[in-house]
Amino acid sequence: MQRTTMDLWVGVFVMAGIGALLVLAFKIGNLGTYSTGESYVLTGSFENIGGLKVRAPVKSAGVVVGRITDIQLDTGTYDATVTMSIDQRYRFPKDTFASILTSGLLGEQYVGLAAGGDDTILEDGDRIMKTNSAMVLEEMIGRFLFDKASENKTSDE
Amino acid sequence: MPSRLVAGVRGVGHRVIDSIWRLGYASRFFALILLKSGTSFRRIGLVVRELYFTGVLSLIIIIVSGLFVGMVLGLQGYETLQRFGAESAVGTMVALSLVRELGPVVAALLFASRAGSAITAEIGLMKATDQLAAMEMMAVDPIARVVAPRFWAGVISMPLLAALFSVVGVFGGYLVAVVLIGVDDGSFWSQMQSAVDYRYDIVNGVIKTCVFGGAVTAIAVFEGYDASPTAEGVSGATTRTVVTSALVILGLDFVLTSVMFRGMG
Repeated sequence: MQRTTMDLWVGVFVMAGIGALLVLAFKIGNLGTYSTGESYVLTGSFENIGGLKVRAPVKSAGVVVGRITDIQLDTGTYDATVTMSIDQRYRFPKDTFASILTSGLLGEQYVGLAAGGDDTILEDGDRIMKTNSAMVLEEMIGRFLFDKASENKTSDE
Repeated sequence: MPSRLVAGVRGVGHRVIDSIWRLGYASRFFALILLKSGTSFRRIGLVVRELYFTGVLSLIIIIVSGLFVGMVLGLQGYETLQRFGAESAVGTMVALSLVRELGPVVAALLFASRAGSAITAEIGLMKATDQLAAMEMMAVDPIARVVAPRFWAGVISMPLLAALFSVVGVFGGYLVAVVLIGVDDGSFWSQMQSAVDYRYDIVNGVIKTCVFGGAVTAIAVFEGYDASPTAEGVSGATTRTVVTSALVILGLDFVLTSVMFRGMG
């Protein structure tokens, strides 16, 4: 085969391959929505995080504003410390309420931020003071049954 | 009787020593390839020639297989997911299974049978017809001139082929799920994009394909170089290339997956 035709085909092949990698990154993956560098970090302590995972979304009013970057157990208080990186564009007041929510009945868990009315805003590295733990179904059922049982006991007396 | 027993035990020992020796020989050969690959980069034309044979000529089988694997995934995924009323997640399922597992593994298996066997047969036949010996006589190092360019061409073309496989597969899944069955177009793409993470899924998939490409071509060139210089020897070496590559790919895939995705959602 002629050297030039071979070069042409190899060029087409390599460019198609690199193009496929770019399609993977931007069209199929989420590199297009990645905002690198322009984010700040907030932390929050939760009594129970349920099934929350690293890189789960942080949403406010349903809009994705950031991602969970780290989850650690604080051995001082035995609470979970959740670190999240928030897009620089979105600022939240000091009395923002963070709660762990579930999208849909069987969906993934995420952190929902509900902004308060404070004038001072949260800065990089700040801690969200008001948090709400994940709802754990087993605990809820347990509490319900316990209430039911004690109700019956009081009505018996 | 005891002499037979002794012979049996000796047979086991012989095989073990033999296979360990062969493994050591293969590792030394691999180190030699890396050591002598300077020529491949100085004379890039050699690698381009091999890229044509391993990469460009594998395109058809990779693209057609990718399309069909994606279409089947779309059909089966829809079939299962619609029982839970989650048919819009079919895009996520197709993309994740292709990017993480099926793309790298199936493309590598096809690559081993399409390009790996060809490399083994070519090098084996070169050896059988004394071409390699003739090169040595002319003070041309056959490892630098023949083996290393083929190895690097395999390492370069494998990730590109696997990426093409995955993209064509996702397109195949789109064709079946959205165009044929009628899953919503927007939720197909948006759910896929929110579920497939660039760092964890795509980069790990590409790392996998690089490892597979290196493993398959290393096996192929070694089997070719090590083949007995007869017609039988070359055919046996070609078979061993495909069988060993397939086993190594699946084994490596398990190891890499357990390291990369352990504990990931």
